[in-house]
Amino acid sequence: MAETAIKVEESASSLEGGLRSVAADWSQDKQAFPVPWGKAMMWIFLLSDTFIFTCFLTSYMNVRISTTDTWPNPSEVFALNVGGHDIPLLLIAIMTMILITSSGTMAMAVNFGYRRDRGRTAALMFATAALGLSFVGMQAFEWSKLILDEGVRPWGNPMGAPQFGSSFFMITGFHGMHVTGGVIYLSIVAKRVLSGFYDRKGTYETVEVAGLYWHFVDLVWVFIFAFFYLW
Amino acid sequence: MDHAVTQAHGGHAAAAHADGQQHPIRIYLWIWLLLFVLSTFSYLVDYFQIQGVMRWTLIILFMLLKAGFIVAIFMHVAWERLALKLVILVPPLALLVLIALMAIEGDYTFLTRLASFVR
Repeated sequence: MAETAIKVEESASSLEGGLRSVAADWSQDKQAFPVPWGKAMMWIFLLSDTFIFTCFLTSYMNVRISTTDTWPNPSEVFALNVGGHDIPLLLIAIMTMILITSSGTMAMAVNFGYRRDRGRTAALMFATAALGLSFVGMQAFEWSKLILDEGVRPWGNPMGAPQFGSSFFMITGFHGMHVTGGVIYLSIVAKRVLSGFYDRKGTYETVEVAGLYWHFVDLVWVFIFAFFYLW
Repeated sequence: MDHAVTQAHGGHAAAAHADGQQHPIRIYLWIWLLLFVLSTFSYLVDYFQIQGVMRWTLIILFMLLKAGFIVAIFMHVAWERLALKLVILVPPLALLVLIALMAIEGDYTFLTRLASFVR
């Protein structure tokens, strides 16, 4: 009898981790994910967004494999002339660093949010939004340089395979739209943080949810940087 | 102490768990620095024009490391329950099938074009 009691206790404690915790979460007639619903829904949205961006990147891979024209060398196309020297991918490298910095400030904003430090949370979120805005500005510069100076169009370009333009505008355009949306989203949430909205609500989880979106935008850029610019 | 505060605000146990995504600032700063270093490395791969298998290996390695750290630490997945982790990480595996199929398809299209349209 005593042995059975110990066994029951053991199985109860092992419910805490591993696959048993999954079974427990799904089978206890309660919500499956013990997180705020906003966070669960943001994850579901980000999952669907993952599929969208992967479809873009996969179609890019497909057209790049299948074209018989030479693919323009991104290292040269995106070079920036500084003081008479062409430095490869300079602008893209700066944009990458800016997005990583903004991800860092966002992570700290979430942290200060949970510490209920209203001022710092809002300041870090506005800083994140400002960095995001500078990213979009640089992208606008990159697009105009490519369209006006290099003559890249969605249907063709002087350097090689016409699919280069369509893939580039589609992928970076969609990502830029996400950044722009994120800047607006973060600004709204930051304004609410500053007004004490989340103190009255009693939780800063909205800041973490907004943070998830922003980190995802950074995450997508990691893949675009690797596959489109470096490949 | 912090934990007690979040629990008081969290109401029930589940919310208290979710509110507990509180980790030392130090972790974020380290990951931040690490992402900088990894980005610099992947930029240097291009700057020094490393080519061939080495290039793809390094690019993919740095990319996966960066993505992993962002998802695990910045997006707090490392601290979530397994049920949520599985929902986030398992479905994208289906995308690997899509990528494999499209790579084969692209190869086929390329060969067809070589055989029939390029002279």
